[in-house]
Amino acid sequence: MSAFVGKYADELIKTAKYIATPGKGILAADESTGTIGKRFSSINVENIESNRQALRELLFTSPGALPCLSGVILFEETLYQKTSDGKPFVEFLQENGVIPGIKVDKGVVDLAGTNGETTTQGLDSLGARCQEYYKAGARFAKWRAVLKIGATEPSELSIQENAKGLARYAIICQENGLVPIVEPEVLTDGSHDIKKCAAVTETVLSAVYKALNDHHVLLEGTLLKPNMVTPGSDSAKVAPEVIAEYTVTALRRTVPPAVPGIVFLSGGQSEEEATQNLNAMNKLDLLKPWTLTFSFGRALQQSTLKAWGGKKENVSKAQATFLVRCKANSDATLGKYIPGASGDSAASESLFVKGYSY
Amino acid sequence: MSAFTSKFADELIANAAYIGTPGKGILAADESTGTIGKRLASINVENVESNRRALRELLFTAPGALPCLSGVILFEETLYQKSSDGKLFVDILKEGGVLPGIKVDKGTVELAGTNGETTTQGLDGLGERCKKYYEAGARFAKWRAVLKIGENEPSELSIHENAYGLARYAVICQENGLVPIVEPEILVDGSHDIHKCAAVTERVLAACYKALSDHHVLLEGTLLKPNMVTPGSDSAKVAPEVIAEHTVRALQRTVPAAVPAIVFLSGGQSEEEATKNLNAMNQLKTKKPWSLSFSFGRALQQSTLKTWAGKEENVKAAQEALYVRCKANSEATLGTYKGDAKLGDGAAESLHVKDYKY
Repeated sequence: MSAFVGKYADELIKTAKYIATPGKGILAADESTGTIGKRFSSINVENIESNRQALRELLFTSPGALPCLSGVILFEETLYQKTSDGKPFVEFLQENGVIPGIKVDKGVVDLAGTNGETTTQGLDSLGARCQEYYKAGARFAKWRAVLKIGATEPSELSIQENAKGLARYAIICQENGLVPIVEPEVLTDGSHDIKKCAAVTETVLSAVYKALNDHHVLLEGTLLKPNMVTPGSDSAKVAPEVIAEYTVTALRRTVPPAVPGIVFLSGGQSEEEATQNLNAMNKLDLLKPWTLTFSFGRALQQSTLKAWGGKKENVSKAQATFLVRCKANSDATLGKYIPGASGDSAASESLFVKGYSY
Repeated sequence: MSAFTSKFADELIANAAYIGTPGKGILAADESTGTIGKRLASINVENVESNRRALRELLFTAPGALPCLSGVILFEETLYQKSSDGKLFVDILKEGGVLPGIKVDKGTVELAGTNGETTTQGLDGLGERCKKYYEAGARFAKWRAVLKIGENEPSELSIHENAYGLARYAVICQENGLVPIVEPEILVDGSHDIHKCAAVTERVLAACYKALSDHHVLLEGTLLKPNMVTPGSDSAKVAPEVIAEHTVRALQRTVPAAVPAIVFLSGGQSEEEATKNLNAMNQLKTKKPWSLSFSFGRALQQSTLKTWAGKEENVKAAQEALYVRCKANSEATLGTYKGDAKLGDGAAESLHVKDYKY
C-alpha cells in the first residue's frame, strides 16, 4: 500500500469514523496553561491548577452534554487530572462514549526570513510521547499549523514546512495508535475577500494532502480540522450560505473521500456564527463524501466561562449554558439548527483576537 | 479562486458532468494512423484513408450504440471526415447525443538517464490547436501519460514530469473550451502483485492532483482516465471484486470529489474482463462521489474488428457486436451487468501487448 498499515490500522479507522458520527463533534478543551490563563483573567479567575481542574470538571460533567460529543481534546495536564470524586477525567469521558484526545504540538516559532510566518514544533520524541498518551487513554491527537494571508503570504516555504510538519506528526501518531487531527489553520486576520481565502485554503489543503501521501499516512485513520472559508476579519461579513458554498467547494477540490470527517475550527467566530455556518454547510445540496462537524474551543466555551465566573454557585447555570451550545452544534451537524433558539447575547459576541497565539 | 475561471467554465462543468452520465461512457476511437494500421493489419485490411473512414462510420452508425455513449475520442483525421452520405462524423455524433473529443498529445519520448521511462509531447502550439478543434466541434480532449512499474520505477522524475505535463495540457484545454481527460496510465506489464499496483497508482494520482492544483485547473471541468488496479500481466489473475476493491480505495485516497467522473482505460484487458471489473466497481458499497465509467478502445472494438474483417457484407454483424459491448458496458456503469453478453469472436481474448505503444 501507499499507506502505512501498522498494527493499529483497524483501530485508527474505527476511531476516526466514530469521531465523525453525525450528530456529534469535538470539544477542544486543550488550552495550554498560558492560554487558559488569558481566558481566566477575562473572568477574574486565578490561573491555578485547582481552577483549571474545576473548569474542565464543569464542562465534562454538564448534564446532557457528552451525548453531543464524540471527542474532547485535552492538554497534557488534564489527561492526568480527576473529578472531585477522584475519577480520572479520561475514564469519565470513555464511560460516556467520548474519546479523549491530546494536543501534542509545542507551539509555533517564526520562520526566519519571512514576514512573521511560523512553523510548528513538537516532533522530537513525539513517538515516545504518543505511546505514553495512548497508555493514559488518549486515542487521537491534535497538532496546529498556522498560516496567514498577506501580500506575499502564505509563502511557498511556509506552506511546505507546515504541510510536511503535519505529515510527519500524522504518521508518528498512527505508528503509536493515535488518530491524527490534521489542522492547517489559515488565520482570518486581514482585509482580503472570501475568494482570496478560498484560493489560499485550496492551495494549502492540496499541499497538505500531497505531503500526507508522501509520508504514507492512512487517510481513513485521520481527521481534518480546517478553517472555514470566510472574508478576512477586516472585511464585510457574508451570509452563512455563502461561507458554506465556498468552504464545501474548497474541500471538494482537495480532501480525498477516504477522509471520514472534517471537524472545523471556529477561529475568531462567535458561538452563534460558528454554529450557523456549520449548519449551512450541512444543509448545502452538494455531494459531501465526509461528515462535516465541529472541533470548537472558544465557540463552545465562551458564554459558559462568563456564566461560571469561577464561582461554585454558578456551576449549574454555566453547565446549562454549555449544554445549549453543545446541542446547537449537534443540530448543526445534521443541518437542523434553528438560529436564535438560545437567545443568549454572549453567544453572538465575536471571539476574534488579532494575531491570536495559543 | 485557486482554480482558474475561464470564460468556458460553465460549459466545461456541464460537459464533464454530461460525459459522466450514469449508463453512458466513452468510445476511444482515437488510434493514430500508425496504431490503426496495426489493428487493420491484424484483420488483413489495408491502412488507407477510405478504410479508416469506413471503420469509424461502421462504429458511429451502429444501431443502438450511440445511446450507450456520452463521448467518442477522435484522432485529428477523423474530426474532419464524413459518412458515405456526406455528413460530418462530428455532426452524426452530436445529433446522437455524443460529445466529440480529440486526442491532442503527440506520443511519448524517452527520459534520458532512466530505464525506459517516458514523458509525453504535445504542448507546443497546443492552445492554437485546441481553438481549431473547438471550432471543428470537439468539446473534450485526451492526453496520455505513461508510467511503468519496475525495480526502480516509476522514478520521482517520471512521476513529476508526467504529472506536470498533464497539468499544463489540462489548463491549456480549459482556456480553450475543451474538457481535459487526464490520463496517467500505469502499464500492467510486470510480475508485481496488486498491492504494488495500488501503491504506485495512489502515489501517481496524488502527484497528478497536486500538479493540477498548482496549475489552477478547474477540477469540476475535468475527467480522470486511470488504469484499474490489477496484478501485473505476468502475475496470477484475481477476481473482479478484488480489482474493484483495490481500485476504488486507491481513488478514494487521491481523487477529490470535485471531479465528476472517472472513465477507466482498459489496458490489455479482454472485452469481457474490462466490463466485469467495471461492473464490480459499481456494485461495491462504499463512498464513490464520482461516477465510474469507461473510456475503452480495444475493449469495445476487438470483436467488432474481427467480425468486420474489412468486408462490406460483414458490417451489420460487426455493428451488432459493437452494440453488444456498448450495452454490456452501459450496464456495468450501473452495476447491473449480468455477464450474459453474447460473447463475440475474441471478446474473452486478452488484448495485452507487452510494452504497448500507441
